[in-house]
Parts: sequence; C-alpha cells; structure tokens
Amino acid sequence: MKLKTILATDCGSTTTKAILIELVENEYRLTYRGEAPTTVEAPFEDVTRGVLNAVMEIEELSNRTIINEDKIISPSKNDNGVDIYISTSSAGGGLQMMVAGVVKTMSGESAERAALGAGSIVMDIIASNDGRLPHQKIKRIRELRPDMILLSGGIDGGTVSHVVELAEILAAANPQPRLGQDYKLPVIYAGNKDAKDKIEDTLGEKVDLDLVDNIRPVLEQENLEPSRDKIHDLFMEHVMQQAPGYKKLMSWTDAPIMPTPGAVGSLIEMIAEKEKITVVGVDIGGATTDIFSVFQGKFNRTVSANLGMSYSICNVLAESGLDNVLRWVPFDIDRKELTNRIGNKMIRPTTVPQSLEELFIEQSIAREALRLSFKQHKEFAVGLKGIQKERTISDAFDQTTSGESLVNMMDLDLLVGSGGVLSHAPRREQSAKMLIDAFMPEGITQLAVDSIFMMPQLGVLAHVDKKEFSDDARKAALEVFHKDCLIRLGTCITPIGKAKPGEVILNLVLTLSDGTTKEKELISGEIVRLEAPYEPIQAVLKPSKNMDIGGGKGQEIETIIFGGTVGLIFDGRDRPITIPTNKEERLESIRSWSDALNEYPKN
Amino acid sequence: MAHAYTPGLKVLQHSKIKKERRLPIKGEVHKNIGDIVDADEIVAETKLPGNVHMLKLANRLNIAPGDINDVLSVNEGDSVKKGELIAETQGLFGFFKSSLQSPISGTIESISDVTGQIVIREKPLPVEVDAYVSGRVSDIIKDEGVTVESDAAYVQGIFGIGGEARGDLEIVSGTRDSELTIEDIKESHSGKIIVGGSFIGIDAYKRALELKVRGVVVGGFNYYDLEEVLGYRLGVAITGTENLETSLVVTEGYGNIKMSERTYNLLKLHDGKFVSINGATQIRAGVIRPEIVIPLEKSEISDVIDAKERNLGMEIDSLVRVIRAPFFGKIGKVVGLPPDLKRMESETMVRVAEIKIDDENIVVPRSNLEMLQTD
Repeated sequence: MKLKTILATDCGSTTTKAILIELVENEYRLTYRGEAPTTVEAPFEDVTRGVLNAVMEIEELSNRTIINEDKIISPSKNDNGVDIYISTSSAGGGLQMMVAGVVKTMSGESAERAALGAGSIVMDIIASNDGRLPHQKIKRIRELRPDMILLSGGIDGGTVSHVVELAEILAAANPQPRLGQDYKLPVIYAGNKDAKDKIEDTLGEKVDLDLVDNIRPVLEQENLEPSRDKIHDLFMEHVMQQAPGYKKLMSWTDAPIMPTPGAVGSLIEMIAEKEKITVVGVDIGGATTDIFSVFQGKFNRTVSANLGMSYSICNVLAESGLDNVLRWVPFDIDRKELTNRIGNKMIRPTTVPQSLEELFIEQSIAREALRLSFKQHKEFAVGLKGIQKERTISDAFDQTTSGESLVNMMDLDLLVGSGGVLSHAPRREQSAKMLIDAFMPEGITQLAVDSIFMMPQLGVLAHVDKKEFSDDARKAALEVFHKDCLIRLGTCITPIGKAKPGEVILNLVLTLSDGTTKEKELISGEIVRLEAPYEPIQAVLKPSKNMDIGGGKGQEIETIIFGGTVGLIFDGRDRPITIPTNKEERLESIRSWSDALNEYPKN
Repeated sequence: MAHAYTPGLKVLQHSKIKKERRLPIKGEVHKNIGDIVDADEIVAETKLPGNVHMLKLANRLNIAPGDINDVLSVNEGDSVKKGELIAETQGLFGFFKSSLQSPISGTIESISDVTGQIVIREKPLPVEVDAYVSGRVSDIIKDEGVTVESDAAYVQGIFGIGGEARGDLEIVSGTRDSELTIEDIKESHSGKIIVGGSFIGIDAYKRALELKVRGVVVGGFNYYDLEEVLGYRLGVAITGTENLETSLVVTEGYGNIKMSERTYNLLKLHDGKFVSINGATQIRAGVIRPEIVIPLEKSEISDVIDAKERNLGMEIDSLVRVIRAPFFGKIGKVVGLPPDLKRMESETMVRVAEIKIDDENIVVPRSNLEMLQTD
C-alpha cells in the first residue's frame, strides 16, 4: 500500500508543532502545519490536548478531517484521517541522564556518547578517577535525580572490582527518579560482562536494572548501539509513562516516540550517509544549543545545556564574557545598561526585539552562543564513534587529549542552522552571517536553515519500521527535507592561509546556468556577495600562492557550487576572524562586513 | 473583540492561595484535612538516609578482597560507634596484627568481598516541612505532605533570590519611585520584610544582609550586582536555594524601575502585617515566580473573591506594561489590536498592539506587553 498522508508532531517544552505531509503528483511535500501550546503542565496535564489543538489547526487549513472523538484517525478512511501518525517529544525537560564509567576518558566518554546520541542531556559523568571522594559522588547522585543512569566500565574479561565499586556507590546513593515516587530508577549496565552477576547482586533490589552488551568490549572497540537502543526503550517504558498524557499519545502513534534531539540526529546521520557528505547541524533554542555533526562517516551530538537565547541568555554572557559579545555589536553601548537589558530578556523570555538596536544585541549574543557550543562540540567529537571502530592500543588510553577533533572545517559540505534566532531572523542574510561568524567555515561550504524546525518530525519519519510503509516513509523524509525543510541560503567560499591586508587572495570565474560568466578578485579582509539562485554554477577558483581553497596552497580548483536566497558569499577574513580592538576600527570593520551582505536596513 | 494571551504578574487583593507542602521523599504527615495551621507549624517530616562512608578495608589491612569476611568483627546491619574495632587480622603468631576502627557512628550497610569495601551509613537526617503560610489544611498527599489553603492578598515578583522567609511587613520608601538607600535601612528592620520603591543598590542590600532583614521587596535591582551577592554570575534564572539571610523579591525587572502603583499600594495597605515571602524563581517551563503572601483576617475577606486569576486576554482598554526596550517599563492603555502582522523597526513581522502612553499612541509587539491585572 502506498503511503499518502503522514501526520507528525513534535511536543516541545513550550510548543507542540504538527505537520501534514502528503503525496502530491508523486512526490512527498509538506502541505500544512499547525501549532499550539504544549499541555504537559497544569491546568491540562495531558500532552494529547496540545497535540489535538495543533492538529485542529491543520484540519481547519486543509479541510481534511483528522480527528474523531478526540482521537487521531489512523489509518485513513474515505479521505479522512492519515495513513500514519508519528511523534517526537522533549516536553517536561526532555530525557535527563547520568552516566558512570570506570575511567572518565574511556568508558565514561563512551557512555556519554551513547547517552547523547540517544538524545539525552547528560547531567554528570561519575567515574572512578574523576577526583571526587565517594561521599561527594554519592551526594551528587542523590541531588541530581536523573531519569535514568547508564553504568559502564571494564573490558570483557578484565578487572571486575572497579565497576562493582561504582555500582556500590550507586547503591549507597539509592537514587530516586525525577518524575514520580512510585517506581524504581532505571539503570542500564553496559560494562564488563564478567561483572554482570555482581552488579545484579549489588543493584538488583534497589533499582530497575537492565543488562546490555558491553559498551567497550575491548579497549580498541566501541559498541554503542545496544545501550542507545535500550535508552530509547526505557525512555518509552518508564520516563514517558510518567509524563502526563503520554500513555494515550503512545497508543496513537505508529512508531515509537523519540526524544526530539535523537530524531534530529538520526535524520542528519541518514542525510550524510545517503549523500556521502559531511554535515554540521545546529539547533539553538531558548535554553540549550544542540550540535550534530557527521565527519568521516562518524556521527556526534553535543548539547550545551545552558547556552540559549532566552532562559539561559545570561549564561552565554557569563561564559563568553561581555567583551566577546560587545565585539559584534555595531554601535556603542554602556556596559551596565547592556547587562541589565540581557538580564531582562532572561526573566521575560518571550519578548521579541522591536528596535534595530535590540536585534543587534540579540544576534551578537547568538554568535557567541553558537561559537561556544561549537567549540564544545569540536572538543567532544574526537576519536571513536559509531558502532564499532578499530583503534590502536597506543592511542586508546587518551582519547580526548591525543585524539584530533573529527571536525575539519575545510571538509565541511553543509552547515544547517535551526532555532528561532536563525530560522526567524528578519533577513536571511542575517542567518547566513551569524552562521559564518560563529562557525567560521573554510573552503567551500553550503549554508541552509531549517525553515520551521521540522527535522525532528522527519527524523522519526525516517525510522518508521512498519513493513508496508518503511520505504515510503524514508523517501518522504528525504524529499520533504530537501524541498520544504531546508531553505538554501547559498555557499560560503573562504580561502585559508596567511595574507597581508589588501592582498588579492582569490581569483574566481563563475559560469552561470544561462551561460553568462562573472570574474572577480577577492581581497584579504573583505566580504563579497554575489546574488545567485539555488542552481549549479561552474566555478574556477584560483587562490594566491599562500592560500588554500580546498585543493592545497595555491592550487586552482574547478567545481560546481550553488547559490541560494542569499547567494554566493566570498569571505576574505582570516580564521579565526580577527576583529580590531580599537573601537573606531572595530565599528568600521563590523559595518563594512555587514553592508557587503546587506545584512541590516540602512540608517 | 480581539484577544491576545498575555500573562501578567498577579497582584491580588484577595485570593484563595493553595500551597502544596511536600517532603522530598515519603514520610509522616502530621495534619488532617480541616486543621488550622500557623506559618511556622510543622506539617510533615521524614528521615533522609544518612551520609555514607565507604571504607576500603582490604586495602587498609593489606589483604585480598575475598578475605575480608575472615577479619571483620561486624555484620551487615550492625550498629557501630566511632572508634569501635570493626576488623582485625590474625597477624603472624599473634604479632603484627593490623586492625581498623570505625571512622563514624552508624550502621554497616554492605560488605563486598569483590571490592573489599564496606559501607557505613550515618544515622538518618530529619527533614521537616512547615506550613509556610497560615491557613487551613485542605488536602493530604498521602505520606508526602499537605495542601494549605489561605485567604490572602497575593503579589508576584518578576525575579528573586533566597528562599522562604517570614516577618512583619514594613514600608520603608515613601513613594514607589524612590530608591531604597543604605540610610533607609535601620536596625529596627532586623527580622522584618521591608518594602522599597524603584531600586535597591548593592550597598543597601548588603546593609540589609548585615542587619538580618528577612526580606526586601523592591522594583528593580542591577543584574551585574547579583554576582557580588551570589559569588557567581547568574546564568540561568533558577533560584531559591541560595543561603541568604535576606531574600530579595524584585517586582519589575533589572535596572531602576518604579514599582507598579498597584503593587506598592497593596503592600502599603498591609503595612505591619505578618507575611510570608519566597524569592525562589524558575523561568523555564513550569515557571515559578517569587511571591509575597499576606494572610487576611476574617474581617478583611470580602464575599466576592476578586482573584482575577483568569488569564484574561488583552483587549481594548486593557492596562498593559511594556516589558522590553525601547519603551521598557511604560504603562499604557490598549487602543488597538490590529489582526495583521506589522513590520517593526527591526524588520521583525509580529502581531502588535497600539497603546496610548501619555497622550501618544505607540505600536508595540504584543509579546512585549504584559497585562496589569486589576481587581
């Protein structure tokens, strides 16, 4: 049976978003969308109320009956209802986990990767060698009240005592789950298989224990899949069961509900694999910033729990420092006045920038939030990743410090931004400029934004495993991703190397699809924008002898690039971007870069 | 008539306030439905499991983990006193014995012959929950706590620090737009909840701390001064657990902003009353705002509860306050609610309200307005 109508929702902590995807002239397209406030909290305390409200908006717009007696009609009958209904969720604070490993940089880091990859927030990593005394660890575990714990440690056949010691610490802490007092905390054990019996003896009665395959069966191999799957299962079985209305919601959906970031990650992983490209995706929200990347076929996700644009906006200021925020602001402002303004945004998070000054400030903070989150991501995305990865013994002992970051900006093909400040910026040029300033792409990089943040819904759609629909669902996820989800901003072209101010660093010849050609020189320190739609453009790029555009120093390359709503952006600034410290020079530079892109209204 | 959902902070002359008083883990509830309670009265208590000490016995006695049961003189569940002998090796021909004393008083919780560790737990820590506000117990949460209901005047702040506090209310600033200065705060304010006007600076707040004033209610405070009070830069507005002598409730926002007339007048009306305040703030989903609860005498309770807790939509003639620059803090009346999106100076397209401030009509995004609840 052909899949014709798909309803997907994402239950966020404040808004529930619904989309309708339909088969139109043999291709899947997003046809309607609706949204409504999430209803997990009082007075409703039933997530399905918000879902129905969001779906009702779609009903009104599409003139299609989808709800009958407060329930979604699925499968469809006589043009009513939908063929499948799926959902993701991050309501109620998402999935909050604590992980434990014997050695912090080995099993601890593997456990963290598994938990993050499954879409959770990692509240803390407890390790035998984390420098804390047992009673300090116990106090911390008690205070945290996570949704679940992942315990790992030891290779199969190795020492048993260290991981059992960790289990004893957990048992002594007797951790309680965050939601509800009437069930035991789920704990997943993914360590040395020889310790399973002892772990059961130690923890079996105090927690709800699940045993899975070792996350590090041997030193050189990482095996994350069983832990990740178990986290998803337990998320459904325990955490979601405690959240108001989720039992009902789970009975409606045709595929398991996924944690929102887990769904986004799996979509990005699929796109990168299918198109054989490297991708960085970012979702900047009010409280957190999630970054996903696929380099060398390896997927990584990080969540910067307190870098966001409203609830945690002051933390961006605290972590980056006022000077780093101020360097992007294209006018002079009193420092104390600025901190009070940012503080007021934190305590009134739903306000929007009315004046241009307010917009400047907000987008300056966004640059710093993105920059800091990406820095954290680059530090985490090192060494091992994936289901199994061979490593040599010599570099297995110190993953983080010796492992080079997998993130190589010169290799990056596609940078996708989402979240209010990027997706809803008044001008697309602003989104492009924020992405470039924060991520500092090198060589040739395509830029895009997720128009309405539908990656979560597409992610879960790509994982529908109902036999009759799975192929169509995957196809639909990909088609909608390219046609309706992404807004192609254009391509950023940045030569890398040392250059003197005013020096020509790149000669370019572009042949557009209508056959016309454009020639241009890029000078060190400047930004040049050429308007061009999203279609293939033949480009011959010749960097100067000390500069590299992807083919090596001074090497000319001939390639196909794509424009977009912003077009082609040739960025002649160095990496990292140098901003003058002198006030007048700084303002002059910031304004000229901004003018080159037509980023803000004049005057 | 056009509506816009714009929650405002509550400033209510009379409302039925319900406060859930819950233990962190299950325990014993001391009250029954219908009981009248004072703010300080204990309504439920429990015992938190005591702190644990992990003793690496095998390492300390230089024996194999599997041998520890041979040297222990205690079993799981036994009580031990600090300094009591808990293990001793046989030594060589009765000489060179090694022994170990308990470092704390408590109970032997577990003994592991895998790790060679023993766990000793200290005696349980009592935890009590009081009523916080005077009133009547209206509900029991089995084994966990109670709900206390009270007829009270109720004021929400926008942001606060410090936890629950109680004391007599004293209006210190003569007007709602005057700053609460260091000279205003006197020794007689010790143990009280004092009310200022538009602002309190760091020096004056420090004076309040020094004099053990229990709480300060004021219009504005500087964000950058928080670092000096807390010892760290506040990144996320989740507060209430700070160990502060003086809780702070800010009613308007960061900066020098005069307290809303309604808030000031309501507090002034109850000058001298015994009140409960809480600085705890959580600006996330499940928002918690700081509050001032003023329990009312029977004679003060009108028949009609005027608690307009209904989150009424904004409509023509609604009294609103702008909560973001460039008109931050201004109060006006809604004169128009055009349905179409309008372009702001920032080029953001938003739904707006036209409001009249000092005989001038201005256009403001609806999400930058808050309702001033009147009753």
